[in-house]
Amino acid sequence: MVVDATRISAAEAAALRRRYSRRHVAARIGVYFAAIVVALACAGPFLWSAITAFKQNRDLYNADNNPFLFNRPATSDHVTYLFTDTQFLTFAWNTLWVGVLVVAITLVFALPAAYALARLDRPWAGPLGIAIFLVYLIPPSLLFLSLSRVVVGVGLQDSTWSMVLVYPTITIPVSVWLLMGFLRTVPKDVEEQAMVDGYSRLGAFARAVVPLVFPGIVAVVVFAFTLTASEFIYTLAFVSPPGQMPVSTGVPTQLIRGDVFFWQSLQAATVLVAVPIAFVFNLFLDRFIAGFTAGAVKG
Amino acid sequence: MAVVEVRDLIKQFDGGKVHAIDGVNLTAGDGEYLVLLGPSGCGKTTLLRTIAGLEEPTGGDILIDDHVVTGLPPRARKIAMVFQSYALYPHKTVLANIVFPLRAVRMDKVEREKKARWAAELLGIEKLLDRKPRQLSGGERQRVALARALVREPQVFLLDEPLSNLDAKLRASARDELKGFQDEIGTTTIYVTHDQIEAMGLGDRIAVLAGGKVRQVGPPTEIYDDPADTFVATFIGSPPMNLVPREGLLVGFRPEHLLPAEHVRGDDRTPLPLAVDRIEYLSGDRHVYGTVSRIGEETRVVARLPATVDTPITAGETHDFAVHASRLRFFDAGEEGLRTEPIRLGV
Amino acid sequence: MATPLVEADVEPTPVKQLARRRLADRDGALAWLFLMPSVVYIIALVAIPFGLAIGFAFSDVSAGDPSFDWAGVRNFVRAFEDPVFWRSLGNTFVFTGVSMVFIVLFGKILANILVANFRGKWIVRFLVLLPWTTPVALSTISWLWLLDSIYSPIDWVLRQVGLLDKGANMYWLGEPGLAMSSVIAVHVWRLVPLAAVILMAGLVAIPRDIDEAAKVDGAGYWRRMFEITIPLVLPVIAVSALFGAIFTFTDMAVVRILTRGGPNDATQVLSSWAFYRGIDGGDVAGGAAIALFLFPLLLAAAVGILRVVRRIEVS
Repeated sequence: MVVDATRISAAEAAALRRRYSRRHVAARIGVYFAAIVVALACAGPFLWSAITAFKQNRDLYNADNNPFLFNRPATSDHVTYLFTDTQFLTFAWNTLWVGVLVVAITLVFALPAAYALARLDRPWAGPLGIAIFLVYLIPPSLLFLSLSRVVVGVGLQDSTWSMVLVYPTITIPVSVWLLMGFLRTVPKDVEEQAMVDGYSRLGAFARAVVPLVFPGIVAVVVFAFTLTASEFIYTLAFVSPPGQMPVSTGVPTQLIRGDVFFWQSLQAATVLVAVPIAFVFNLFLDRFIAGFTAGAVKG
Repeated sequence: MAVVEVRDLIKQFDGGKVHAIDGVNLTAGDGEYLVLLGPSGCGKTTLLRTIAGLEEPTGGDILIDDHVVTGLPPRARKIAMVFQSYALYPHKTVLANIVFPLRAVRMDKVEREKKARWAAELLGIEKLLDRKPRQLSGGERQRVALARALVREPQVFLLDEPLSNLDAKLRASARDELKGFQDEIGTTTIYVTHDQIEAMGLGDRIAVLAGGKVRQVGPPTEIYDDPADTFVATFIGSPPMNLVPREGLLVGFRPEHLLPAEHVRGDDRTPLPLAVDRIEYLSGDRHVYGTVSRIGEETRVVARLPATVDTPITAGETHDFAVHASRLRFFDAGEEGLRTEPIRLGV
Repeated sequence: MATPLVEADVEPTPVKQLARRRLADRDGALAWLFLMPSVVYIIALVAIPFGLAIGFAFSDVSAGDPSFDWAGVRNFVRAFEDPVFWRSLGNTFVFTGVSMVFIVLFGKILANILVANFRGKWIVRFLVLLPWTTPVALSTISWLWLLDSIYSPIDWVLRQVGLLDKGANMYWLGEPGLAMSSVIAVHVWRLVPLAAVILMAGLVAIPRDIDEAAKVDGAGYWRRMFEITIPLVLPVIAVSALFGAIFTFTDMAVVRILTRGGPNDATQVLSSWAFYRGIDGGDVAGGAAIALFLFPLLLAAAVGILRVVRRIEVS
């Protein structure tokens, strides 16, 4: 029962104010506490990874040692090993250029498609939108079997290019859906103004709409890149030579020989790959959310 | 006894960079209809929200019914608020919307429905109780918002530009209804608007705000006839007061007081020849635009001639106009533009 | 003072030119042009392989015998007779169901924390995004050590706190029940940030005055949460739950890396089992038959959830 501050005595009102101010402080503490707990729960493993990467073997392979401290002096041997004795840099480079290419291809395909569906009011737009959704339902774990045949047939077996060919099947449907959402936030008058000013529909799209939806495009770029960098099944199925592998299969392959795990180097690799991606994603997070808002409920 | 009192209120944003409210003192008496009027960014909405408890002041206090409520959440202040967008809960029916505040105070079901229906009937929306907000027109939504506010039987109603979302035609009748509503209920109301016509029509007293400060508070006639500074003088009145610079002062007179010389009766007239360049015909009045140079620097002014004044006026000619001395207002030409003592204009 | 409306030196456009609008202006043609590449690509690389996969399921294709011979429903019968298939099917449902509940719950809580105002929010956001943005293979390998039967740091902490005897271990990945929980936990850990981001979008979309009106109307934090915020965010929750469920249902990365389906197929799910049979075991046709089961189940779930979302929106 909420107390009505205007029906009680001045002293009681003062006590009420103190009580609310205390509640307010408690709530603030609560938020900070929750934020810390959550940050630790999510990032804990990575913090631990960062420490482990520098541990000596004797330190690590001892079940009684504190895993969060350096019980023996830290060493950079394992991290160096990652760079000198494995093809980590090749893997990272592969992940990077495959990611960039796939994202570029995705944009070239998905942006016009999203525009056509969101703006060019065609009667078949609805069913086609649903069809895109259905494509998403066909999972890589089903397709990889037949896709490996296709890849062999095209002669891209064991080549990094097979990923460039195949990854857009994962990124295009989701990107179309996301971009449709972003495009809906662009008011129609912008294009109409451009067309009145003398541009064709195509010109209006390129000059008026694309610049406005640019933040959304950036957000989609980051999201598609993380999907590509994380992909595992297709790479595992199509590519065997280490020199052609991206980070997600290369690192496990080279740093796990049979039963022997090069744990410290593995942890170093994990942190080195995770941090930049998360950093960039964080930069564009607000724009990414804006896109979901526009697209989600209509979905 | 003041129902709402604002004491030395200061509200800053952005770590002190934005002074939204810069030392405001204001009271609203029992049953009074107080209007907060000003251009966008003047702080009136921030002031309203601070009274409501949606913002915490940086300095100063809010008192409701003589109790200091600063620091208390909105629900302990016995207030009700109608937002500019009406803020109806889109997923609830009209009845559920109106009943919501009563559920928050744990009123029992029978009581709540009775009260909700009472409020709905008062506002004429008893037929709409089963609808959802998206099925209602703008005017209907406003009434639901009012019913929801009414049902708490608050000490103060806070209204944030409730008419700005309605089309122009609807606004006049809605204004009328609002006034009638408040007369009937009799609760103290604080009303925010940027529209001076609304303010003049609705308010018992108007507080004109600019730059986070109150420029003048008073009944509409006082604000109109005796503006405290040039801001109030030019903000109120359409067209705004004419201001002619003269030796470090500004001489002001309202367009309706600038008339052809033969229509200005009395001995204390100030003759003002007007070089006319344009005439507009609006709702039966004539708005005559021209320049005067006799009482100060050459200035462009407007004269508003009612239909009853049928002196022929032609553009391109100079006509003899005059203003009665009692209608002249004098302001300091500096930044503040405050009213100064009247001076004799040597003719 | 008006300028002449028509300039004297423009000739009227010849009729022929007017009749043929440029391609760049014809919406219908443009729409096709814009969509064709994507449609063609998807047909070539999704629809056709899908058809192929269905074909495989009815064939006898294997790594040793790549020729395509019709095998009828033999693969399906063999799959049904295999107890591991049914265990995988059950595990898939358990894995998906339990994961989704936790993902939505934690995602909602995390979203609420991330929309609140506090200092250092950027760093917290960065830390919280790490599980999702890291390539799944790498983060899961980290968990391999964290859940190791001997060296697990989690066990170490439990031992220090006294919940575990000296020298004892939990065998997170070795014990069937614990293994399933571990797999679910890692998967949830991975997806909660994504769910939170999507839910944040939903929360942010609620107009601020509605929440303020509720405050003024007297509603406290919990009433606002359950009567205003959650109902308005429900469509977003439903859609994200759907996509999350689809993703989880078909995912095999965590299972494969963490347990390879073990111990004794206790954590085997349909997609990892299909991979095991199809690629590791060379029985392409068998693998296809198993994986094919995913699709109708997904379709049914998708249709179901979409209907629920439509109903929520309309009401």
